[in-house]
Order: sequence, then structure tokens, then C-alpha cells
Amino acid sequence: MSDVITTDVVIIGAGPCGLFAVFELGLLDIRCHVLDILDRPGGQCAELYPEKPIYDIPALPLVTGAELTHRLMEQAKPFKPQFHFNQMVTSLEKRDDNDFVLKTDGGLTFKCKVVVIAAGGGSFMPKKPPIPGIEVYEGSSVFYSVKKMDAFRGKDMLIIGGGDSALDWVNNLQPIVNSMTLVHRRDEFRAAPDSVNKMRELVAANLMTLKIGQVTGLQGENGILAAADIKSADGTTSTVACNAMLPFFGLTMKLGPVADWGLNLTENLIHVDTEKFETSVSGIFAVGDINSYAGKLKLILSGFHEAALMAQQAFRYINPGERLLFQYTTSSTNLQKKLGVA
Amino acid sequence: MAKITFIQHNGAELTADGVAGMTVMETAVKFQVPGIDADCGGACACATCHIYVEPEWREKAGVRNPMEEDMLDFAFDVRDNSRLSCQIKINDTLDGLRVRVPEKQF
Repeated sequence: MSDVITTDVVIIGAGPCGLFAVFELGLLDIRCHVLDILDRPGGQCAELYPEKPIYDIPALPLVTGAELTHRLMEQAKPFKPQFHFNQMVTSLEKRDDNDFVLKTDGGLTFKCKVVVIAAGGGSFMPKKPPIPGIEVYEGSSVFYSVKKMDAFRGKDMLIIGGGDSALDWVNNLQPIVNSMTLVHRRDEFRAAPDSVNKMRELVAANLMTLKIGQVTGLQGENGILAAADIKSADGTTSTVACNAMLPFFGLTMKLGPVADWGLNLTENLIHVDTEKFETSVSGIFAVGDINSYAGKLKLILSGFHEAALMAQQAFRYINPGERLLFQYTTSSTNLQKKLGVA
Repeated sequence: MAKITFIQHNGAELTADGVAGMTVMETAVKFQVPGIDADCGGACACATCHIYVEPEWREKAGVRNPMEEDMLDFAFDVRDNSRLSCQIKINDTLDGLRVRVPEKQF
């Protein structure tokens, strides 16, 4: 059990709204820890459309997802947010003293006064290919990520995919498995050329097998995989013996554990008021794409507005009885000091 | 205006009016065609608008672009006539286009 991290606010989600919440809370002297299931900030802007233009951010006629993320990180920087990536919040509980305790799948525990859910479309999770009967093997023979390499030692390994995850794990696991087969639908790979070359060298040295085709069926007993059926582009089918499989088909967004936190939800969205953007549990706020209210538009700019109003109420919870003075960053020496420009 | 017919996995057909310049995916979303999820909203970043173009329409619908080819790696049961419907722009020559929607996007 790790030490408990105590802070004012935990923000769940490091997408644009979570990052701007750091800024708005920071102006009110509130310090944040930010958690995200991805390995970097930006949320959908980083995962789905880093290179794609966004045209509806006020004052930025054109900005890419990556650039917007970069700018928001710059804006949040003076407030020294502490980021924890590759962390999915698995539980959120309100204690009797009104503090919250959050736990993550990475073993972190946080205690805080306010929680801001800025989780967008939910958690990015690995896509599970709809191969008939795959469910019975999940967790025993079929895995969507590698937690411990040693779990695959001595296995007859089948990896599916053509991106970096697939190729990295082919190259990293090959030395410790009994046999390695990579299945990809075409003989071209999105992965970094270095990894592809390394894989091709292993194939040339007869240390692994590359099959061009798609997995259409699985064979096995009692949840233990024995073989996979592979259909090649010319329609012929073959079978590969394997007792462990790692399919890499990219990520999709799922609501995830948020559904279990006792919040008022409508169609997987968290109901909030439009004054404070607070959920049905006082002290838990929801901003950005994950919330729902009359007239809601899923726009980044709406999330920015929501974050600003949320921060006002968060201040009251964190500093009960203290007066909150409204100030402008253009004219307030106090705010400019916080931003490091005065 | 171009009529686009979406053939569901169960054989049911739904015909929508496509507007030149819009994509087949946008048309599907506008007419709430089941089975076109379009999670990313048309950024060619999710492969959840995967469709199969009927053989007689393949030539007119054009060929996959490289980004689309990459993204199809994330689709399931990719066939020779697989396309991402967000990458097919409608024009008058596509009036009558017929596409099949996979059993499910994933």
C-alpha cells in the first residue's frame, strides 16, 4: 500500500477541460493533481486527432489537437500541476469528514476536498475484436495489454496488429516466449520503421512467424486457448497453435468505473447544475464532454466556461468562510504574481 | 442530391439523401443509420464508420487513401471492398450508391 497523496483537488482527465481547470483553480490558489489513463496529456486531442485542425477555439482560427494541448500545458504550468499518467481511477468514496478518497489501478491513493471529473468520452480502453467466443479466453489466454512480461514466458504467443504496441511487444517478448507469431492484415506496418526492421530480421532468422491475414476464430478448452484460425487475403484459411494472444486494435472510449460512483447519470453522462457544474454529490464536479445539462454542447469552449464556474464553488469548499474576490488577469497584480509575470 | 442506400447486416435497407460535398459517414449520422458509430466525428481516427462498398460501386467510390488504409487496421473483418465512410465524399456520380454496414463496429 503506497502513501496517501493529500491535495486540494484531484482532476480526473488531462484533456483540454482538465488542463484548463488547473488554470482556473490555480488562479484561486488551489493546487491540483491530474490523473489520466493515457500516457500523456491531451485526452482526445492527443489520442484521436493530434494533427487534425480545430476551428472553433475562440481567438485561435486554426489549431491542431497537439498544439492546443501544448498551449494549455503552458497556461497551466505556473500552477505546477502534478500529473499521474497511465492511471485509471477505480474507486471514489466520500468519507464522513467530507473528504474524498480515490484509488487508481496503478496503486495510487489520493485524499482531497474536491474532485473534478473531466473525463470526456470516458476512459480510453483497448478495443476488443469481435472474434466469436473471445470472451471466454479473456484474462486467461487473451490479454489487451502487458502488465508483466514474465506472464508470457514460455508461451506460444500470437500478437495481432501493425502499430507500435504490436511490434514493440513482438520484439520485446520474442526472447522469452516459446514461439512468436505476428498476424497483421497487410504486409505494411504503421509502427516505427526500426521496430518493423527488427521484426523482419527475426522472421528472416526463423525466430518468429509473420502471417498476413485476419484472425476469424479461436479454438481451445476451459478458457485456455489452443489455436487461432487465420484467413488470408486470398481467402485461404490456416491455423496457428497458440496459448496466449495479444490483440492490438487501438483504443476506444468507455465510461468505465465512473458509473459506479453513485452519481446521477443520464445515458452515460453526468448530470450537473449550470451554476457550479456540480454533480449530485456535493464536492464532485463534472466539466467537459462527460457532463449533461439542458442546452449542453460538447464543445471544448463550453468545457472552459464550465471549469471557470466550477472553480468558484471549489474555492468555497476548500476555503470555507473566506471571501472570494473576483479579479482580472489583465489588471490584478495578485493574479499576475501567481502567473509569474508580475 | 445523391441517394445513398445503407444495407444493414440483417438485410434491411435504409436510403438517405446525400448532399454533394458531405461524406457518406455524415449522411449516415444525419439519418441515424444504425451501425455507423463515427466515434471521432470524421477525423479518420477511429475506424468506427467502416462499411463495405457494393461491388458495382467500388470504382466510383474511389480507392482508400493512405491514412484510411492505416486506420482500417483498427477495423474488424476488413475486406477488399472495405472503406471508412468518413473518407468518401459524395458527388453526383455516387447517386444510387449502395454500401453494407458491418454487423458491428468495435
